[in-house]
Amino acid sequence: MIKKEMIAMLLAGGQGSRLGVLTQKVAKPAVAFGGKYRIIDFPLSNCINSGIDTVGVLTQYQPLRLNTHIGIGIPWDLDKNVGGVTVLPPYEKSANSEWYTGTANAIYQNMAYMETYNPDYVLILSGDHIYKMDYEVMLDYHKANKADVTIACMPVPIEEASRFGVMITDENGRINEFEEKPEHPRSNLASMGIYIFSWKALKESLNALKDQKNCDFGKHILPYCRDNGKRLFAYEFNGYWKDVGTLGSYWEANMELIDIIPEFNLYEEFWKIYTKGDVIRPQYISADASIDRSIIGEGSEIYGEVHNSVIGADVRIEKGTVIRDSIVMRHSRIGENTHVDKAIIAENVAIGKDVVIGVGEEAPNVAKPQVYAFGIATIGENTVVPSGVKIGRNTAISGVTTLADYPNGELPSGGVIAEKDGE
Amino acid sequence: MRALGIILAGGNNNKMRELSNKRAIAAMPIAGSYRSIDFSLSNMANSHIQKVAVLTQYNARSLNEHLSSSKWWDFGRKQGGMYVFTPTVTADNSWWYRGTADAIYQNLSWLKSSHEPYVVIASGDGIYKLDYNKVLEYHIAKRADVTVVCTECKEEDTSRFGVLKMNEESRIEEFDEKPMVSQSNLISTGIYVIRRRQLIEMVERCAQEDRHDLVKDILIRYKNLKRIYGYKINTYWNNISTVDSYYRTNMDFLKPEVRDYFFGQYPGINSKIDDLPPAKYNPGCSVKNSLIASGCIINGKIENSVIFKDVYVGNNCYIKNSIVLNNVYLGDNTHIENCIVESRDTIRANSYHCGEDGIKIVVEKNERYAI
Repeated sequence: MIKKEMIAMLLAGGQGSRLGVLTQKVAKPAVAFGGKYRIIDFPLSNCINSGIDTVGVLTQYQPLRLNTHIGIGIPWDLDKNVGGVTVLPPYEKSANSEWYTGTANAIYQNMAYMETYNPDYVLILSGDHIYKMDYEVMLDYHKANKADVTIACMPVPIEEASRFGVMITDENGRINEFEEKPEHPRSNLASMGIYIFSWKALKESLNALKDQKNCDFGKHILPYCRDNGKRLFAYEFNGYWKDVGTLGSYWEANMELIDIIPEFNLYEEFWKIYTKGDVIRPQYISADASIDRSIIGEGSEIYGEVHNSVIGADVRIEKGTVIRDSIVMRHSRIGENTHVDKAIIAENVAIGKDVVIGVGEEAPNVAKPQVYAFGIATIGENTVVPSGVKIGRNTAISGVTTLADYPNGELPSGGVIAEKDGE
Repeated sequence: MRALGIILAGGNNNKMRELSNKRAIAAMPIAGSYRSIDFSLSNMANSHIQKVAVLTQYNARSLNEHLSSSKWWDFGRKQGGMYVFTPTVTADNSWWYRGTADAIYQNLSWLKSSHEPYVVIASGDGIYKLDYNKVLEYHIAKRADVTVVCTECKEEDTSRFGVLKMNEESRIEEFDEKPMVSQSNLISTGIYVIRRRQLIEMVERCAQEDRHDLVKDILIRYKNLKRIYGYKINTYWNNISTVDSYYRTNMDFLKPEVRDYFFGQYPGINSKIDDLPPAKYNPGCSVKNSLIASGCIINGKIENSVIFKDVYVGNNCYIKNSIVLNNVYLGDNTHIENCIVESRDTIRANSYHCGEDGIKIVVEKNERYAI
């Protein structure tokens, strides 16, 4: 009989709509991060580094990039004879065919997958956080407490606690109560969305709530467990953990990597982060280039200036161009004498010559002021930006744009050019 | 597939000076992120040769580590695969590989049990891109017994190569191995196509006569008896087995046309994946006309150099016209000029190394205390 002590279920189906055009065509876990990686690399690497070799990745929204990235799991050593990584999309059933309607519903629909491995414990992860964590230590904690559910929590400043699900614990770490995004938080222990369930408790609560609409861990499963006398414990985690759910936090987390000694250090031998590296060759820095405070991915060719930026693999930055405080993802091309200030440029973008990105004063975005904020200009993947245009702050562009899309050759701050497809 | 591949990667020579102490030439790092053997291996894979033997002998540890998995070159198949053959002691043989022909002879059972009609033999120290199928088609069209891929030598001194002369039909009439004075600047690239049964026959005969070298004892000896043809290539080809040519080949990758030829044009060159983070440029660094591989952290000044993977360059360092191999730590204020810094070394702060006439090889073997 196949037996795995703990398996992981990684929720990677969400759109992450707060990342705007970055997730227009890819699921959030597949968004590039840190000049080389994709967000899902962090939980996947944590799994294998923690000795978990069976991971189900639940996909739903725009899974193509995610599927090609994961493949059979070779980069993470998750190509196993028994176990390994399995991509789990929603599927048709003889009755009740449905999409994944909630986090717990998605897990419930894959009961058969989990049962194959006869796990004692199931680790529930989400694919949108940047952190290094040893899940085995968390499992030890879970076992020591004879817990039914252990929730990884992070102490946050109390004034920020109202953005999170907050756990109220007794002196032993047992959770008595929790509040979802409370106005007046009674604790500063924020849930990180990482749970270890004892298999029995998980199975029981999923079955009990199988008819619950949009069944969600935070909203339904955890309250059910609490109300039915299960032992819920908070596992306090004090390392680096970053939710990259908004353009602002995504930008910040990237920028933190370029500090001289970053808090989140990718250069340690210990606890490596693995990814599918399809570009191997070194990067070339020309005689005219000037670079400082930046990280640059493999195979990029830099002829211009790069300051304070994160540049992905196979990016070409031409002569006379200045990139500042920006993120440029793989395969993008930036023409000559272009100035880019505080922008996120997604994959495979072509930007012409003499373009200025990030000019003028900030103005709220006309379409989604909550999403396109922080003064960042966001350019979606496969976008083409013509030569000579000026683009303001809090802007969003996607699709093949031409001069006609820029009245007076300009997209003022807060403007949007979108929904034009690259075909 | 119509051909097997054999890569001769056992070699070593004193022209590599200190660089050969640590590894076979086929394992020499090239162009920032590659090893020399990646080029022949990738060419094999890109030519759809699915069954490849790598024959290795001299200091093979570094090479074996690099070849730890065949999946990087797409050889991990049910049909074929990559075979690494080091000399072994058997009931009837306890010799090392006494030469290239002997290396093949000692693994003759592999050749005999295969069914592919042809064999492509390549060396592990050539830097080039070649579709072997084109050579094979030529070989068949010429009804040749052996086809030798050759090129015009760009170096003045041809004395480290096999020098050929072809007639107007491209049949090889003269073949001198490492001549002191040569009549021609056409040199063998060490890439051959030969029918498998022909190779078995020649190598067996060679062994009976106690001869061991593929070039001297087979190609040169048989050149009037067998139909040996030359296939001339005009594309980039370099052999790296001297310090100068190794240095020059690496520096060639600073040219955009060379990078475009090898990496831009499909199919590319594959290598083992090292899972290193992207290169990091700290305040105060300055990099001009250089290749920087992943995992590097740069604080100092670099000009016209190739910096391999996982190199740390301290504050105020000045690296000029140099090659720094994998995993080197350069302490602050170090000056490196016209040098090749050996891999995994630690250069103490305030060191000064400058190649005065020619390239200096820096080997310090210091302990690393840095964190």
